[in-house]
Amino acid sequence: MEFVLFLITAFITIGAAAAMVLSHNAVHSALWLVLNFFGVAVLYLLLNAPFLAMVQITVYAGAIMVLFLFVIMLLGSEKGEEVNGLPWQTPVALVLGLVLVSIAGYAILGADSPAIAAAPATDTQIGAAEAVANSLFSTYLLPFEITSVLLLVALIGAVVLTIKSREREGART
Amino acid sequence: MVPTDYYVMLSAILFTIGVIGVLTRRNALVVFMSVELMLNSANLALVAFSRQWGHVDGQILTFFVITVAAAEVAVGLALLVGIFRTRRTTNVDEVNTMRG
Repeated sequence: MEFVLFLITAFITIGAAAAMVLSHNAVHSALWLVLNFFGVAVLYLLLNAPFLAMVQITVYAGAIMVLFLFVIMLLGSEKGEEVNGLPWQTPVALVLGLVLVSIAGYAILGADSPAIAAAPATDTQIGAAEAVANSLFSTYLLPFEITSVLLLVALIGAVVLTIKSREREGART
Repeated sequence: MVPTDYYVMLSAILFTIGVIGVLTRRNALVVFMSVELMLNSANLALVAFSRQWGHVDGQILTFFVITVAAAEVAVGLALLVGIFRTRRTTNVDEVNTMRG
C-alpha cells in the first residue's frame, strides 16, 4: 500500500517537474512547480516528517510560489524567451543530464552502499513537531538565531535593491 | 516500507530535471524555479536519510535549506525586477553586460 502510494506520488512529482521545464508559459511552469512541491510534501509524510510536510506546503507552495507568480505577472514576462542565443545548448544539456542521472543511478542503486542499503530505522516519531522543536531549540539554537539574521539581511537587501533602481531612474529623466 | 535508495534515486532524477531546466531555459524566472526544484530534491534526500538513521538532524537541515531558499528568492526576485526595469527583458541571453 505504502509502496503504491510512493510510486504514484513519485510519478506525479517527476511529471510535474518535467512539465515545469517543458511548458512555454512561465505561469504554467510555476503552477506545475506547485504541484511538484505538493508531491514532495506527500513524500515527506511517507518519510515520517509530518511537520516538515506542512512547512513545505506553507513556505514553498504558499509563500515562495506566490512571490514567483506575483513577479511573473508584475513583469509580464510569461513568454520571455523567443530568442535562444545558444541553440546547441539544449541537446548538450540533455546528454549531460542523462550522464548525470546514470552516474547517480549507478552510485545509488548499483553499488551496495551500506549507508542506504540497510533497512531504515522504524522510529516514527522523529518528525513530530515536538521532536523537531526539541532539537531545533537546543542543539541547533545558534544556527536558528543566525537564520533570523539571514532573513533580516535578505529583507534589507530586497528593499535596498528596489530603492536604488528607482533613484537611478529618477536621475536619468 | 519503501527503501531509502528509491527516495534518493527520485531525488537524483528531480535534481537532474532541475539541472536541465537551468541549462536549457532562457526565461530567468524559469531558471530560478529550476534552482528551487534542485534545492527541493536535495531536501528530499536529506529527509530520506533522516528516516534511514532514525535521527531528526536531516530534517533540521532541511528547515535551514528552506529558510535560505526563501531568502534567496526574495533577493533574487528583487534583482530580476531591477534588471527588468533597466533592460525590459528577463531573457538571460540578452542580459550579458554588467552595466545597467
